[in-house]
Amino acid sequence: MTVDQPLRVAVLGAGPGGYAAAFHAADLGMNVTLIDESPLPGGVCLFRGCIPSKALLHAAHLIEETREAAAWGINFAEPEIDLTALRGWKQRVVDRLTRGLGALSRQHSVRYLQGRGHFEDPNTIRVRTDGEVTDINFDYAIIATGSVPAIPAALRLNSPLVMDSTAALDLPDVPGSLLIVGGGYIGLELGSVYSALGSRVTVVEMTGGLLPGADRDLVEPLEKRLRSQFEAILLNTRVAELAEQDGRIRARLSAADIADPERDFDRVLVAVGRAPNTRNLGLEQTSIEVDSRGFIHVDHMRRTAEPTIFAIGDVAGEPMLAHKANHEGRVAAEAIAGQPAIFDPAGIPAVVFTDPELAWCGLTEGQARERGIPFEVSRFPWAASGRNITMGRTDGLTKLIIEPGTERILGIGIVGVGAGELMGEATLAIEMGTRVTDLHLTVHAHPTLAETLMEAGSLYFGHSPHYIARAPRP
Amino acid sequence: MPTDFRLPELGENITEADVVLVLVREGDTIAVDQPIATIETEKATVDVPSGVTGRITQIHIAAGQTVSPGAVIVTVDAAIGAEAAVSKLPAAPAAAVTATPPPLASPPAPAAEPSPPLAAPTPAPAAKPEPTEAVTVPASTPPAPAPATPAPPEGTAAAFAAPSVRTFSREIGVDIHAVQGSGPGGRIDIEDVKRHARELRATPVAGGIPPLPDFSQFGEVERQPLSRFRRTIARSTATTWSQIPLVTLFSTADSSAFEAIRRRYRDAASRAGGTLTDGVLLMKLVGAALKEFPQFNATLDLQREELILKQYVHIGLAVDTDRGLVVPVLRDVDKKTIVDLAADFRGISDRVKANALTLEEMRGASFTISSLETLGVSHFTPLVNWPEVAILGVGSNADLPSYEREELRVHKRIALSLSFDHRVIDGADGARFLRWLVNAIHEPAMLDIPEAAS
Ligand SMILES: Cc1cc2nc3c(=O)[nH]c(=O)nc-3n(C[C@H](O)[C@H](O)[C@H](O)COP(=O)(O)OP(=O)(O)OC[C@H]3O[C@@H](n4cnc5c(N)ncnc54)[C@H](O)[C@@H]3O)c2cc1C
Repeated sequence: MTVDQPLRVAVLGAGPGGYAAAFHAADLGMNVTLIDESPLPGGVCLFRGCIPSKALLHAAHLIEETREAAAWGINFAEPEIDLTALRGWKQRVVDRLTRGLGALSRQHSVRYLQGRGHFEDPNTIRVRTDGEVTDINFDYAIIATGSVPAIPAALRLNSPLVMDSTAALDLPDVPGSLLIVGGGYIGLELGSVYSALGSRVTVVEMTGGLLPGADRDLVEPLEKRLRSQFEAILLNTRVAELAEQDGRIRARLSAADIADPERDFDRVLVAVGRAPNTRNLGLEQTSIEVDSRGFIHVDHMRRTAEPTIFAIGDVAGEPMLAHKANHEGRVAAEAIAGQPAIFDPAGIPAVVFTDPELAWCGLTEGQARERGIPFEVSRFPWAASGRNITMGRTDGLTKLIIEPGTERILGIGIVGVGAGELMGEATLAIEMGTRVTDLHLTVHAHPTLAETLMEAGSLYFGHSPHYIARAPRP
Repeated sequence: MPTDFRLPELGENITEADVVLVLVREGDTIAVDQPIATIETEKATVDVPSGVTGRITQIHIAAGQTVSPGAVIVTVDAAIGAEAAVSKLPAAPAAAVTATPPPLASPPAPAAEPSPPLAAPTPAPAAKPEPTEAVTVPASTPPAPAPATPAPPEGTAAAFAAPSVRTFSREIGVDIHAVQGSGPGGRIDIEDVKRHARELRATPVAGGIPPLPDFSQFGEVERQPLSRFRRTIARSTATTWSQIPLVTLFSTADSSAFEAIRRRYRDAASRAGGTLTDGVLLMKLVGAALKEFPQFNATLDLQREELILKQYVHIGLAVDTDRGLVVPVLRDVDKKTIVDLAADFRGISDRVKANALTLEEMRGASFTISSLETLGVSHFTPLVNWPEVAILGVGSNADLPSYEREELRVHKRIALSLSFDHRVIDGADGARFLRWLVNAIHEPAMLDIPEAAS
């Protein structure tokens, strides 16, 4: 086999989608150029998303735990927070991982090109780096330009006091009071960080509940705990207007019955969603189609309407999650190599890294109801989990969504400490087409939180040793 | 990734073709559907379109050479391409990898034609019927793996199978949503996928058929799901059609003699709860014929290269119902009197009407009689009910003029059509069976006379 003229593949954007696609394509023998504005690969996830937020949340959980320890007879003084050092630690985490990715690019023989890319035609990306222009000709391109925070016009205030998630992760200070617009996962995660550091946090959510999309029985324990930590959680409430006044931000809230609609905050974090990065990419030079929200249309292989161009990650649609981007990167690279790859996961896990963590994978109860899919549920409350109790907790719930007749597990939802880590087993169970019996008959280490998955399985048959819910099944 | 592209099946009984012209050179980059060579078969001269995309690293054929379907004609490197080829994404990445020859397809699409936007990976262009070309893909050709990555329709849940099984299924071109899982709860394992692929190969009806055109472009259509009943018939008739070299012989018998017998035993039959019809009499004669010609009451075991001769005579009667075709079985026809048979037949008919047949009553036939008599058909070519080896078709039993000793007379004459498996039965033996039966109808003397006759 001769290897002259390998396929030339250009990957635009070096986030979890882009770098995964680039590395895999290179491993498959293609000639890959990975383009990103940043000097190192990593994208939103590593520089201003998953990784820095999780580092800060780790610190926040530690602070909260020291406070709880008083109940177990261990008294800590209120922590002294050295913001500069905390910022530095978070930065070292990010640096370590992104430098690692830079080294991996070289090891995978991927050419990394720093600069902003723009499609000139369906076979060329023009990359601008500090006035220098490089044209990259490709046989195939993969767009992985991700997403950016979306800020509604009414809240767009040219003030450093109004932050998006990127600015909030920079930890400029610990404001006395912080208004968070949006009760989604980013708002709640960053709210938890600032609350632990000492800010009085108010969350304003337009819809009737936090974390729209998640099942209510899972949200409930989280909301309960957050309400005890935050200053306020205002549902069915909109932030109509923001204005800067005397070094603070005055917010006008609108809701059916709100006592004091005008409230002042030291800072505001707007976390109402993210918009796909499809503008100013030169997509109009191609036949790529974009929907009304800006997402690129792709098929099962992640191919766009332009046959030589693929799109993956946040830019290719929901769920906007790093691991989804990553898997799509693999699919696109294999499809280009002519392999029969398609994107067809049985479940994509979603984790909210609050305390308690809230996580789910596969079908949710809400989706099943909405789509009229027949299902059965088995719920195991963590008040009956030995491990949970040893950690001083009683809150938490593991639930299985089960296909009647086949016993196939269609979805798993968990709220509780460390729920995110339990998604490993949960996702594997769903992806492997596990039946409740299998889960129920698998020996789980004791005492662990993973036992709750087994117990929820046992409970389906009415046989849980630790919890009596209903008459046993024959 | 070197990939061999093989000469596709060219049509029924075409085992070789001459290469007229090779249209590509080593180093060329080819796309799916691009013609590779012109070949000449005994029926037509055609271009062979590529089923793969990539750069040609080796050409294995030359003009003037004779090649057979399945022979490697070019080797391509699928990971390598140049602008020319990549102007169009291979429509068939699955085929490109597995490199099983797709059926000869329509002429190559213009290279500039973009693939349809947004569509799930579509199968490679269908083998459009080309009226001017004699080349067709025979129904019995083992289906090539689906020419495109089978993708679930939008919104379907992932199949009840592990990711490795789903990937395997895609790799061999099987739509996993069509696979029936044998695991607990219907879970699909790798063996299920393999079995499904084998079944597809054995029953061309179920798979391997080129994609259908979009009929809505011609007018409104309605889609009806196939009943299990229909699916079973589709599968079994397709097996017969593809596996059995079938011969049909026609004859006509004068059934006037039936009349006298019927009159004689009518009362005995009705006392036993039956009706003595020509059909019952005919069945009795067929039972006797099967004793005389045991190879008609047999099954071919190709695996062991044996003929299984049945020592029993169970005759299936193909009956038309509003649910479709059903075939109740009358047992030990050779051992029963016509009075018994008339009663059995009556019982079975009633249960057919009431839709009360048991599975047991529809199993175990060693020969089948199919009657289209009441529908005004004369001769026809019934399909053997595999694994049986022969079937008798009974057509109209009507008054027909014929010469008897130079005199024109009118007789009741039954149209008989005998289909059989030529692997087991030669034409002359078929003719003997039919002649024996016709003679027996003319003189049904050997019909068992019931003891209780009066
Ligand atoms: C605060 C926060 C927390 C998050 N936490 C999690 C989490 O815990 N788990 C999780 O799964 N997901 C999390 N996410 C989401 C996750 O970061 C994204 O889903 C993921 O980064 C998407 O990856 P991507 O490859 O699509 O693109 P991105 O990571 O968005 O990367 C796109 C890259 O393309 C570059 N780019 C864009 N346009 C151009 C251009 N024209 N030229 C050159 N380069 C360009 C960008 O600079 C960027 O580097 C979080 C996001 C945020 C904001």
